[in-house]
Amino acid sequence: MSLLAVDDITVSYGRLTALRGVTLDIAEGEILFVTGPNGAGKSTLLNAIAGVVPSGSGTITLAGGMITGAAPEEIARRGFSLVPEGRNVFGGLTIEENLKVGTGMRTDRKKIADDLDSVYAEFPMLAERRHTPAGMLSGGQQQMLVIGRALMAAPRIMAIDEPSLGLAPKIIDQVYEILMRLRAQRKLTLLIVEQSSTRARMTGGRMVLIRGGRIVLEGAAADMVKDARLKQAYFGFGDH
Amino acid sequence: MTAVLQILFDALSLGSIYALGALGIAAIFGVMRLVNFAHGDFIAFCVFAMLWPSIDAAAIVFAGRLPFYLLIPLLLFIGAALSMLSEVVVFRRFRNANPATMMIASFALGFVIRHLLLMLYSSRPKSITLWPNLGLPVEFLGAHIPMLQVVTIIITLAVLAVLVLFLKRTRFGLEMRAAADNFTMARMLGVRANGVILLAFAISGMLAAAIGLILATNSGTADIGMGANVMLIAFIATVIGGLGSVPGAVAAGFLIGAASVVFQATLPHDARVFRDAFVYGAVIVVLLARPQGLFAPKSAKQRV
Repeated sequence: MSLLAVDDITVSYGRLTALRGVTLDIAEGEILFVTGPNGAGKSTLLNAIAGVVPSGSGTITLAGGMITGAAPEEIARRGFSLVPEGRNVFGGLTIEENLKVGTGMRTDRKKIADDLDSVYAEFPMLAERRHTPAGMLSGGQQQMLVIGRALMAAPRIMAIDEPSLGLAPKIIDQVYEILMRLRAQRKLTLLIVEQSSTRARMTGGRMVLIRGGRIVLEGAAADMVKDARLKQAYFGFGDH
Repeated sequence: MTAVLQILFDALSLGSIYALGALGIAAIFGVMRLVNFAHGDFIAFCVFAMLWPSIDAAAIVFAGRLPFYLLIPLLLFIGAALSMLSEVVVFRRFRNANPATMMIASFALGFVIRHLLLMLYSSRPKSITLWPNLGLPVEFLGAHIPMLQVVTIIITLAVLAVLVLFLKRTRFGLEMRAAADNFTMARMLGVRANGVILLAFAISGMLAAAIGLILATNSGTADIGMGANVMLIAFIATVIGGLGSVPGAVAAGFLIGAASVVFQATLPHDARVFRDAFVYGAVIVVLLARPQGLFAPKSAKQRV
């Protein structure tokens, strides 16, 4: 059974339609990349699942329960953790406070301290500066912090919107290395939005390509490398 | 020396009232981007809650007769309840409306409360005597300071200390600060929007009750418009402090209080009636120099 099922959802901003009947499934422990050009509706898809943007029609199911139209905090409490684009650290709060915001909804209170230790073990840089306001961190450090913060919420599925945005290639490699390790350790299900499909191909897993608010291509990321349709789908033209 | 001490205590006690008012405005603005113009009417409501409803000039003191250890919690409860009720009944419906719409709604709510008080109590100011002992002066380094001023300052410092501890050391405080920084992100981490907003309204209502008690003790009268002046200055303080900055609002509240008292003491005698004009003139100068306020928070802009 799928952990997250999005069925035929449509999202509009006023008269502008951002998603037109998108359907996708993610199984427990799977990694799914959503790629596509600018303005394709990738972020809208994540925001619609998170309950930040209302969907006009269609249904979303998380772990067997309907979450269509639910408030963002209720969706988070059911195990969906979104790391939105642009990172969104709480700049005035310290690193440790940032990490603790998402722990209020957890029922396994005793495990929180252990998880904090393991996040600090994973990101030693955060441990060193735990009492520093998060606004003082660099872009890469902030990206590590928001991933750590999402982990502290103990999600079943973590969605990340453009983790590589504005980061140096070396830092991006590091971010992905950590994500893959966390996935192996915690059997975390990952839903990652990336503008470039290169990263998806390097990492593996499944990939869907969105363009103009629709899914135009879907398959194993590795297989899509040779697929001429990818270029066609991505740019709307290609060499035949 | 004694004159300086007197001015210092005047400034601190007046500043305390403005700071408490600004805090009440800032608490709600922080999580909701709402400037609650009904705050002044919350203050008046809390004062009138001590009187039995009647349109006679001689007010029948009702709850105001209770011993202080019952009266203070009761009034704090009334303030919190009124404030939370107005969130549930009025402001919740405007949660996603633009700030101007919410502001108009708060004006409307203020009118409703004021006219409710008018119906129940008529427009005549009523005398109310709470703790007459507090009017007596205490001697402090040769200066005669009214006991009430000392109490006001101590209460304000205690309220500030408790609020800081609450915000820094408790789970709810952490969630409130996160929500004030980035409301949507806080919700995506499981922070309940309704819970945080109700809490902010409760805090704001209790601050209104505290101001009401201080004003009523100080003036000995209950007047329907008594909260309006505090509300106006408190709002100005939140703007000068940098909208969204809680420490800024408190600091600016004290600054405006100090400015009023210093102008009162130093202006030539004939100009003293125009003291408020000088105070607001200073406000304009500050805003011309720093339109974003003295302590503008970084999060003020990045909200979606």
